[in-house]
This record gives sequence, C-alpha cells and structure tokens, in this order.
Amino acid sequence: MFRDKLTTITLGCILGGALLLAALNLLTPGASAAHVPGFVISLVGKYLCYAILALAIDLVWGYAGILTLGHGAFFALGGYCMGMYLMREIGARGVYANPILPDFMVFIGWKELPWYWQGFNHFWFALPMTMLVPALLAFGFGWFAFRSRVSGVYLSIITQALTYALMLAFFRNDMGFGGNNGMTDFKDIVGIPLNSEATSAGLMLISAVVLAAAFLLARAMTRSRFGKVLIAVRDAESRTRFLGYRPESYKLVVWVLSAMIAGIGGALYVPQVGIINPSEFAPGNSIEAVIWVAVGGRGTLAGAILGAVLVNLGKTWLTSALPEVWLFAIGGLFILVTLLLPRGIIGLFAARSTTAGAEAEPGAAAAKSAAREIAG
Amino acid sequence: MVLAPREGRGRALPRGSFVAALLFLLTALCGAARADEATKPDPFADIATTTADIEARGVLALAVSGSPRAAPVIAALRDGKLFAWKWPRPDTPLFIKTDSGYVDARTGDTVDAPAPVNLRKVIVSDAVRGAIETAEGALDLFSQDPAARRKSAEALYQSADPGALALIDKALAEETDPAVTRVLREARAASLLKSDSGSEADRLAAVKELAARADLQTRNLLASLQGQPPTVASAVSSAINDIDHTLQLWGLAENVYYGISLGAVLLLAATGLAITFGVMGVINMAHGEIVMVGAYTTFVVQRLIAAFAPALDQFGLLFAIPAAFLVAGLLGVLIERTLIRFLYGRPLETLLATWGLSLILQQAVRSIFGPTNQDVSSPPWMSGALQLGGLTLTVNRLWIILFALLVLGALMAALRWGGLGRSIRAVTQNRRMAAAMGIRTPVIDALTFGLGSGIAGIAGVALSQIDNVSPNLGQNYIIDSFIVVVVGGVGNLWGTLLGAMILGIVDKFVEPFAGAVLAKILVLIFLILFIQRRPRGLFPLKGRVAEA
Repeated sequence: MFRDKLTTITLGCILGGALLLAALNLLTPGASAAHVPGFVISLVGKYLCYAILALAIDLVWGYAGILTLGHGAFFALGGYCMGMYLMREIGARGVYANPILPDFMVFIGWKELPWYWQGFNHFWFALPMTMLVPALLAFGFGWFAFRSRVSGVYLSIITQALTYALMLAFFRNDMGFGGNNGMTDFKDIVGIPLNSEATSAGLMLISAVVLAAAFLLARAMTRSRFGKVLIAVRDAESRTRFLGYRPESYKLVVWVLSAMIAGIGGALYVPQVGIINPSEFAPGNSIEAVIWVAVGGRGTLAGAILGAVLVNLGKTWLTSALPEVWLFAIGGLFILVTLLLPRGIIGLFAARSTTAGAEAEPGAAAAKSAAREIAG
Repeated sequence: MVLAPREGRGRALPRGSFVAALLFLLTALCGAARADEATKPDPFADIATTTADIEARGVLALAVSGSPRAAPVIAALRDGKLFAWKWPRPDTPLFIKTDSGYVDARTGDTVDAPAPVNLRKVIVSDAVRGAIETAEGALDLFSQDPAARRKSAEALYQSADPGALALIDKALAEETDPAVTRVLREARAASLLKSDSGSEADRLAAVKELAARADLQTRNLLASLQGQPPTVASAVSSAINDIDHTLQLWGLAENVYYGISLGAVLLLAATGLAITFGVMGVINMAHGEIVMVGAYTTFVVQRLIAAFAPALDQFGLLFAIPAAFLVAGLLGVLIERTLIRFLYGRPLETLLATWGLSLILQQAVRSIFGPTNQDVSSPPWMSGALQLGGLTLTVNRLWIILFALLVLGALMAALRWGGLGRSIRAVTQNRRMAAAMGIRTPVIDALTFGLGSGIAGIAGVALSQIDNVSPNLGQNYIIDSFIVVVVGGVGNLWGTLLGAMILGIVDKFVEPFAGAVLAKILVLIFLILFIQRRPRGLFPLKGRVAEA
C-alpha cells in the first residue's frame, strides 16, 4: 500500500489490532478463552489516546525541534471541552437535578451558566471546540514565542510554565470547571450510554481510526515540501532564515496543528476514562509524554506511537505489580534512553535494516544537529 | 525595636465598668475626698466587708493607693489567703495566712496566730474577681518594672475610658520612663477625647497626640468619636486621613518585606541553579531534589545530634549546613561524573535525563524516609518576632534573608577570589585556553557542578525551617528557581539576586488583589512575556562570552 514497510506495519497494527480486540470483546462469549474483557478495551482505548498525544509531540519535537514540556495542556484542554459537553449531556439526571447547570456549579451556588459554557450542550459544537480551543492557545503562545525567537531550553521551560499555570488556574473553583474534582459521572454521549461494553469498543475503534488518520496526516505533512523546510528549520534555523524562509511561520503552523491533534486525543480520552481534572495539566504528565516519544524514536512518527503504547503498558503493569518501583523505572528510562538510545527503538531497527530507513534518518540526524544548533 | 515573645499575650486587660469604678474611686481619693480626711474610706475596711460591691471598691481603691501593701493583699485575696475578723470591730483587722502563720495585712508584720474561730475567709465573688484583675492591671501602673508599667498604660489606652483620666494623671506625675510617659500621654488623650470634660484646646492637643501614634486602633478610636466641637471634628478627620496614609505606607513596607522574604527563599533555591545552569549551562531538572536532599540531611543531622549529643541540640542547624553542603555536593559530583558529562552540549537531552534523575531521587527518599513530612525542629534563637514600627518581622524569616544574602556573598567571593572560583571562570570563559594553561577541565566541571549542588543542599537546610520536609519539597521550587535564573540573566549572580527579589515582591504585591493562586499564574504569564521581550534576561552577557 505504501512504499515503506514501516507505515504499512504501523497502520496494520493500529487498525487491525483495534478491530481484532473489539471483535474478540464483542463477538465471543464471556467464558471463552479468546474473550477480551472490557477493561482491556478501555485500557487500549486510553493507550491509543496517549499515542495520539505522542504523535502530536513527535510532530513538533521530532520535525521542528521544539521540545515541548507542556503538550499535556492541549490534551487536557481538548479533554475539558469534551468533558463540558458530557456534563451538559447529563442534564437533569445529576444529583441536584438541575437541567442546565452541572452539579458542581449548583454546589458552589451559581445561578446561571457562564457564557463560555454556552453551546456545549450540542455535540456538533463541542467537537470542533476540542480542536479549536487548544489551537487558539497554541496560536497565541506560538505567535509570541516563535516571533521573538525563543527557542531551545527556554522554550521548553516556558511551555512547562504554561501548563503549570493552567493547572493552577483549573484548580480554582471559580473558573467554572469543577475545581480540583474536575468533571465526572458522565452518563452518555450523543444519546448512547457510556457504561456499555459496545460503547467502549466503539470509542476504542474511533480512537484507532483517529490515530491512523493523524498518523497519515503527519506523515504526509512531514514528507511534503513543508515538512522538508520544517526539518531544515530544526537542523539549522538561521541558515533556513537566510535562504529566505520564515521559520517562525513554519513552526507556528506545525505547532498549532500539533496542538489540535493533542486536543482531539484528549477529547477521545475523557469519555473512555470517565473523568477529567486539573491534574491532567501537571507538568510531570507532559514530560512523561515526551519520554514516550524518545523511547519509541524521535522524528519517526511510528516510534512515537510505539513508545506511547510500550511505556504505558509497562506503567500499567508496574504500578499494579510493584508500585514502589514505577518512579525508579520511568526515571531510569529517561536516563537510559537519552544516554544509550538517542534514536529510540525504531532507530535501533533502522540501523540494521535499510528498508525502514526512509523515515528513521531524520531522527538520527536530529539529535546531533539540533544539539549543535542549540549549543552553537 | 522590641523583642517580643511569639506566644503569650498580656493578661486580661482592665476595661469596662471596673475601670470606671476604679477611676471613680480614685477621683474620690485624689479629689474631693482629700479635702476631708475624716471621710476617707479605708480600703482595707472595705475589703473586709461582706458586701461584694464594697469589697470590689476596696480592692480597686487599694490598687491605686500606691500602698506597698496593695500587691500582697490583693494577691492573698485572689489566692483565698486573706482573712478578716469574724466579729464587728472598729479597726477591722485583716490577716494574710502564710505558710508559717499570719501577718497583718496592713503592715506586713507577723502577728500571733488568732484563734481560727475568730477568723472569716474573705470571699471572692465574681464581681470581686473582676475587680482583682483590673486592680492587678492598674497595680502595674505603679510597679517598679517599666515594661509592666508600659503594658498597663497600653491597656488603659486601649480601654480609652473617660474615667481613667485621674488615674493617668497620677501615674503621669510619677512616671520617669519616657517611653511609658508617651503611652500614658496617649492613653490620657484617648480618655480625654472620650470624656465630656476638657477644653477645645485640650481636645485638639489630644487629637494631635493620637495622630502621631498612627495605628489601626487609633484610627478606629478616632473614627468612633462623636459629638465633638467642629474644630476638633475636622482635626479628627484630618488625623484619620493622616493615619490612613501612614497605615498605607506601613502596608506597603510590609508587602515589600514579605516580598523580600519570599525573594530570599527563591534566591536560596536559585543560587545553586545559577551555578549549574547559569555558569555551566546544564539544565538540571533534579536541582529541586538536591535541595530536598539538603533538607533531609538537616533532618538526619538533627536526629543524630539528638541521639548522641543532646547538649548541642539547638546548634543542630549549624552542623547541618556543612553536612548538607557535603552530601549534596558529593551527590552533585557523582551526577556529573555518571550522567551530565555525557550530555554536554545537548541541553534537551540533559533536561530529560535529569528529569528522570529527579523522579529516582524522589522515589528513593520516599522509600527510605516514607512519604510523610519529617519533623525538623527550629532552634529557639530562630523563633519569635521583631516589632519595627507598624511591622512585625518574624525572626526565622529574617535569618533566612540574612542567610540567603550570606550564601550569595560567599559564593561571589569564592568565584572572584578563590582558587577554584578562578578556575571555574577560566573554564567557562575559554575552555580550550584554560586546558592549555594546565587546568584539568573535567575535574573543574565536576567540582563546579558539585559546588552548585552543594549550595542547593544548603538551601535545603534553610527551607527545612519554613517548609514541609517531604519528598515533594523540591518540586515546589524547581520552576520558580528556573524563572529566577532566567529573569536575572543566565550566568549572572547579581541578576539572580535581583530576579529573585523582583519575583518575590511582584508576587506579594499581586497576591492581595488576585489571591495566591492567581498571583502565581500572573507571575508565570509575566515570565512568559518577559522571556519574549528579553530572551537573555535582565542582564544579558555582552561581548565574546555571549557569542560563544
């Protein structure tokens, strides 16, 4: 289907795997050995959302050299937009049975719906918002940051400050987003109850399709002329500028697009985990997402997806089996990958086989040249 | 400046009807009654009665009589050791029961023990108990100790009772201490304004007297005045304005102090980072965790001292400082040798690797010491508060401000004049030339990182005094520290100082308007805008170093 094997394999794994799991969950009897229990489906759905976030990060870090430590903010914003829709969808079935106001607003004594909650009772309004809101924030932030040529570590630190500030803001009750409890107790989405197995499987399948689409979009983008300039910006920003390109515009476009992808990831995440709260904005989450990309292989797209799934599999297993060890493991992973595996898992394979080389090369060159750029 | 203990306020203040009663009596004593000595009531006789009102009157009269017997008699009454003659007698003897026998209440002479059948304990009812409290307050007005007199005068000022005038005048006549005199005059002014007597000129003078005091209480007192002559009323309102102005200034000063205090904390946390990040260019996300290690070292040192040398208990912090410097410094050298040195020139990778390290350090401390807060004690010389005009300065904050400046100064001196400092500067400015001159640059790299980490450890000692010592201690400071270093300008210690102070003060000034969380957010937004405007900090390095 595609000229390179890696793309085919990636798409096959995402779509085929999701279909297979959904079928095994829905079509086999509960007692059968082949039956996949419901919690696995929602877990996989969660991983797929993380993979969407990782893909978004890889797009800016791997191809534009922007190490973002705040992409979790876009993910969480998308999630909050979806959460607002799901809250409105509860309607009068809440504890206080208020048909308009969500429970937490009744609880803190609000009488009217704030203006920014208007419209979120419509799915067709909330869905584009899950991308528009992160895009707006990303545009405002990127507009200032890239135009004043903030780059490298400074940019990383202010992205971290951004998500930290948002976390503090969303913790406030009078922001109108549920304070530190966030939003939960969702009942249904476009009329379909959320607590059925079929819904979980459906959401998981949708996540897989969205991931595959985002992957193809990112792939097309990075292989286009636009993507080539982007890589040039990453490897030698000044030189690209001298050649007559405007690096800030390229960065801004990919940055906003990446934020939108992260936002839709968050929007899919919330109905599957059933809660959204300000801890999603925690800087630690965003940095952890960066390490998924690093583990899989930066600047390879497929690597980001692989890394997100692998690291989270490990996390799920370790946090239940040996909770004490998890922080040691993820910490060690950060160190080992940066020291010993700068090109990630995909890079490891790319070095051996030339068939997958087309995508992996920029990743390999990325680390060195980006480092030179920043050091110089 | 007066050193006031942190806990323990003064005793209950004499106020209300007791003060009125006391002063009514005093007026009687000093005024009309003086004309006719024969009708002068004997306070001792009054105390000996069985009527509570008269007894209370006697107590108050005794208190202001200035008699040296007042204090012991009232104390005896309070403690239930005062006895009266049971049967009517014109001289109404009173006895104080002591451990060995009885003394005459009037003279204090030991007397032959009267037969118990003739004695009646003087009953202390609630009314009398209140009178005793008031009396003990007023007793202090004539005590030998100026501090006690002052406290008592303060109490009178606060009650602002019109009836107190006579008593205050009496005390003023005897007072020698200027500070106490001032308070007494203020108390007199307050009482005068509240009373119906006093000429307009007197009142104006009183308003002037009070305006000089300029605190919130005075303002409220002035605002509560009613029915004053027009000239006095206008003087009062302008005095209130003046006081509001002064209070605003004090409020401003207080905010500046809080800001400096917060700035000092930030400075401590950021000074080490100014070395590792500022001088070496290493993005050390584990910096906060090294601070935490310093705080835990303090905890361990305190425990060791408590176990092996309890006599040195209150100097535990002094031992903790070098210990924390060593522990954190060695940890820093270890980190540099095993991790950082492979990542020079790759700041983004360094960032990720040190973030991983910070997670490991956190979990390690959590595994060893447990997730809960550890109890680090403060030595007695670090507690208490200083009163400076309208400002209350807590001593531990003062120490931290001082300590932060000291650490910064010592570090600057070391970099400027120390041997290692010279090598560090040489390597920073021109690595290859320094190497050619025989400086072993890898060793210097390790030592520089160790130095920065050691200072972070020292910061941990200070932070253990004002913050919870928990595995999350470092996380609270890492972003702030980076902000300080970035605002101040990378590689510039003066900039770090200024950056810390600016951030601290801005934070404290925004806080009253916006609340603590919003203040934090605004500071972060300010930082984001600031970096956009001045990506190289307040004091960008110029010349060759900047281009390198």
